[in-house]
Amino acid sequence: MKVAIIKYNAGNIHSVELALTRLGVKSILTDDPDVINAADKVIFPGQGEASSAMEYLTKHNLDSVLRNLGQPFLGICLGLQLMCKHSEENNTTALGIFDTVVKKFQSKELKIPQVGWNRVINIKTPLFSGIKEGSFFYFLHSFYAQKNSGNVIGETDYGINYASALQHKNYYAVQFHPEKSGENGEKLLKNFLDL
Amino acid sequence: MLTKRIIPCLDIKNGRTVKGINFVNLRDAGDPVELGAAYSRAGADELVYLDITATIEERNTFAQLVTQIALNLSIPFTVGGGIRTDEDVARMLGAGADKISINSAAVRNPGILDIMARRFGSQCIVLAIDARFKENDWYVYLDGGRTPTEIKALEWAKEADSRGAGEILLTSMNHDGTKNGFADELTAMFSESLGIPVIASGGAGNMDHFKNIFEKGKADAALAASVFHFGEIKITDLKKYLYEQNIMVRYEN
Repeated sequence: MKVAIIKYNAGNIHSVELALTRLGVKSILTDDPDVINAADKVIFPGQGEASSAMEYLTKHNLDSVLRNLGQPFLGICLGLQLMCKHSEENNTTALGIFDTVVKKFQSKELKIPQVGWNRVINIKTPLFSGIKEGSFFYFLHSFYAQKNSGNVIGETDYGINYASALQHKNYYAVQFHPEKSGENGEKLLKNFLDL
Repeated sequence: MLTKRIIPCLDIKNGRTVKGINFVNLRDAGDPVELGAAYSRAGADELVYLDITATIEERNTFAQLVTQIALNLSIPFTVGGGIRTDEDVARMLGAGADKISINSAAVRNPGILDIMARRFGSQCIVLAIDARFKENDWYVYLDGGRTPTEIKALEWAKEADSRGAGEILLTSMNHDGTKNGFADELTAMFSESLGIPVIASGGAGNMDHFKNIFEKGKADAALAASVFHFGEIKITDLKKYLYEQNIMVRYEN
């Protein structure tokens, strides 16, 4: 199996590669459209700032490549946010794969970013197959995707109830870090690789 | 809801875990990778690895170790010790660390926090503060507590927050090593004044101390070393206890 991890100017892409290595799967970090198109699975990870990430993707013509893939695709953290239509983070127009928008957490009581383990509820298969309802995953983010009617496959509460996992056809995305979420995270990555 | 985090801290010297270790069922408790994995299995939410060595050669050993940890651990970990420049951060993140912690170097050069946050994102920058109460306020100490300053700890934390630190790791030197409990009041003052998470450190002696630091101290996370290393508190037991005390923790029974 060929797994491509999208290389762009986002931090901590390395940890996804290491998590796949733990599962015995080799991956390739690439921004080459041909390699991405030919891969069996594509992972779009990332931490960082939305507008500079989109700028990088557009400059390397990756935006249209990512929008038009047919194989299973998994966005993680910033990856999920960039797959939405728009992000409040520096007023960024994003890829628009999911029909929803990304907002900043607003709260006087809650710490921002959300850092730590939180529950994912109302989960749906196949991405969450074999994972218990309300399982814990590791989150690290200041922006969140609003729930919409068609794409939500997991929800989380942090001041508000938001979409922590989304799906549209072959496109999957999670706001948390499966590569840092212990056994639940490994199970989710395996589910994705088995799609 | 988001849960409170329990974070064991491991001191590393020459690629080995130091401090007394009393772990059963471990082939080699001095092996930082194996010990980290054992903590992870027991339910630790994150780990901190602190490089307490001094020379450049030893630092390279540490970077290699970080990659081994990253390859074997499926929970987040922070590395600290000897982080001064953004290149140090790049090396550690590149080796596989999720976050770095910086202490004295940021006090001496506060602008480095802005540079690090812009280049890598606030989410991976943990500012560590060693604070000591003297006369009528809490002051920042440097170089592992050896060098006093006239900087008020809370003011420094607020500045670091605005410069882009993503979390504060707050150690009370008055409480550290006493096993009489965390600095609940100090931590509550920090937690209520800052918009970023506060990790409390120093003073853990029993399970009730953890309950207090989360309830009274309003900490987002609690860090400890010796009570875990010596097996005085088992993380599995601690998680269960906190869960039964209605503290929100990651505990699946």
